[in-house]
Amino acid sequence: MADRVAVVAVAQTKFAPKRAEVNYAEMAYEVINRVLTDTGLDLDKDIGSKISCSQDIWDGQTISNIGITDVIGGHLHSEEKMPMDGSTAVFYGTVGILSGEYDCALLMAHTKMSQTNRNVVNNVAFDPIYTRMLGLDYTSAAALQAKRYMYKYGITSEQVAKVVIKNLSNAALNPNAHQSGEFSIADILSSPMLASPLHTLDVAPDTDGAVAIILASEKKAKSITDKPVWVKGMGVCYDAHYLGDRDLADCMALERASAQAYRMAKIKNPRKDVDVIELGDEFSYQELLWLEGLGICGRGEAGHLTESGITAMKGKLPVNPSGGLLGGVPANVAGLNRVAEAALQLRGEAGDHQVKNPKTALAQGHSGFCGQHHCVIVLGKE
Amino acid sequence: MKRNVAIIGGGQTYHAARRHDVDQAEMVNEAVRRALDDAGLTIDEIDLVLLGNMEFFEGMHMTDCWLVHGTGAYGRPGLKITTGGTVGATIVCAGAHHVASGLFDRVLCIGFEKQEEGDTGAILSGVASPLWGRSMAGAAVGYFAMLATSYMAAWGAKEEHSAMVAVKARQNARKNKYAHLKIDLKMEDVMNSKMLAYPIKLHDMCPASNGACAVILADEKTAKKRCKKPVWIRAMDTAHNEQFELDWRDVKTKRPIFSKVSSSRIYKKLGVTKPSEYFDVFEVYEPATWSELLWYEDLGICGPGEGFKLIEKGMTNIDGPIPVNPSGGVLSTNCIGASAMLRVWEAALQIRGDAEEHQVPKDVRRALTTAYGGTNWTVITALSKSLDE
Repeated sequence: MADRVAVVAVAQTKFAPKRAEVNYAEMAYEVINRVLTDTGLDLDKDIGSKISCSQDIWDGQTISNIGITDVIGGHLHSEEKMPMDGSTAVFYGTVGILSGEYDCALLMAHTKMSQTNRNVVNNVAFDPIYTRMLGLDYTSAAALQAKRYMYKYGITSEQVAKVVIKNLSNAALNPNAHQSGEFSIADILSSPMLASPLHTLDVAPDTDGAVAIILASEKKAKSITDKPVWVKGMGVCYDAHYLGDRDLADCMALERASAQAYRMAKIKNPRKDVDVIELGDEFSYQELLWLEGLGICGRGEAGHLTESGITAMKGKLPVNPSGGLLGGVPANVAGLNRVAEAALQLRGEAGDHQVKNPKTALAQGHSGFCGQHHCVIVLGKE
Repeated sequence: MKRNVAIIGGGQTYHAARRHDVDQAEMVNEAVRRALDDAGLTIDEIDLVLLGNMEFFEGMHMTDCWLVHGTGAYGRPGLKITTGGTVGATIVCAGAHHVASGLFDRVLCIGFEKQEEGDTGAILSGVASPLWGRSMAGAAVGYFAMLATSYMAAWGAKEEHSAMVAVKARQNARKNKYAHLKIDLKMEDVMNSKMLAYPIKLHDMCPASNGACAVILADEKTAKKRCKKPVWIRAMDTAHNEQFELDWRDVKTKRPIFSKVSSSRIYKKLGVTKPSEYFDVFEVYEPATWSELLWYEDLGICGPGEGFKLIEKGMTNIDGPIPVNPSGGVLSTNCIGASAMLRVWEAALQIRGDAEEHQVPKDVRRALTTAYGGTNWTVITALSKSLDE
């Protein structure tokens, strides 16, 4: 990229199973207010692009960005909604600044999963003609993907459980997470079965919360903060919708999205060049599958990688030091939270879950069941 | 913007109330194939696919994911963006940003709606705040009724004036082979049509259409190499009014209103002082007859309170000095997610001279299009035939 775009501010609500005291606009206001206060930017004068991530069906309102137009500063200005994972807002916000149309973009993702039933919401993401009537939801589809992946590469339940153990232990160091603790393999494998092979602790819990990020052009960024975090590379890609059209153990969309991001960031060997990863572990096994899709290890090797401790907080390549989605991050907010956590790591502001001196971080988010759409963002200190 | 952006192709479906012959992916694919054919590209030459529609209007969560086999997004970069009724123009705007950024050279933009698969009135009632407005179940007709009575009371316009807009739209639509309502409508048909909410009658409102539109955007180098008649995107502007601006239906309001704010910003960017002379044709988003009259005024084509006189004198007819909606507009075809993109595409066709029977009988070098949605939101787009305009 000839011009550069930086993350200049990050704010997150505390994530909780139910935020009954606020509506979604009030939740959004919490984080928007914080990034504005941190940067001293004026919503009307300084920030040309406003992007929100959420979905009508989660919000219970048609054209649900109507509910946050005022708090995001959309009144008499541009304001757009991406009904996708929050990571895509970073992609689109960066594009807007690179186009020369805007200097600054305010990105905000919010969802109150407590407002509705995730199984019902997820079910209507399946096509209405062939698969919806089967009663599929993200969890049952993920179970199919987990089975296929584990069968194809001989990944064991114990290896998958290690992801949960690691992430929930990391989450204990993250004050925003609401699910954490020290668990044993037996604890995970004996937690209630949701859809074989997925147990309760393998699945990201229902969570309410919001995240906001401000992006700025290079010129603007340097006047806002002395700790800009640069967007070095990014990529997005769709896979097929129908589960039968895919080998669920493959992740073509993620491979392509990361290839775009690596090319842009001039990363040749991600295992060596990336220092910390925050990825979408909506289901425990996905951390392993996505690590393979990102080219961090070969196909079927992520189980051993996790067992060897490389992805642990103090390992060579920490993955989800924040605790990831298993620690409790809402749908849609997930990807923006990944980017926010990655940026905090590079700024050295991750608190108790800070990893040692990272220079390059990778954030990944996905939309749709079994990761149909992937977004990869590479961030760098320089 | 850092790079010039051109529309190098586009296409639309034949719009209709019922499309039982196709599912959503197949319908979208019709527009995509026409756009690719028009641009002389294959899908493999597309760098990025952007999709927009009314989220959940057809009871489908994440249409972008379902429709990848129809949009061409399978295995390709792509995003979905939604901004209510303005989304079709938002997608073009987003596409232009992607091209201008230098990261993508050829971007496919798609808008669609298959309204027969949902209940538009019911779901539009869900627009209102669940705490403060939901129980009114207002939907769109009620809002336009308030706007219309305000307009009539303020300026002394009569129901006949809105009927003239209805007649113009449907007569223009008869010349547009893709339009949905191609009715040989007369004044008395409109005046005698069923009253929905005074003074909005059946023929004052847009239909619920099924259809899709796709346009392909490219950078200057690609456009000049691959396209004989590129149409340039010169400026775009978006403005939203927030939901609690309750005097939105008062046509005399002194408070800043989306349409005037946005058009004045775009005129400033382009140095336009007299829009009715600067632009050769307008395509505005008019879900109801009265909103077309208000667009005339808000866009500065005429002064406040003069819109109904413009239609009375036939100034905005297809062969008038200021043609507005020669395509038949939203009043004749409203597949919501595509409607704002259709304005842009129809304006591009006018500039190319490819609008066939509904081509306006004059030299078209510049065009202005508007979108309408949400709680008074718009995206305004200015197009031109050459970069020197």
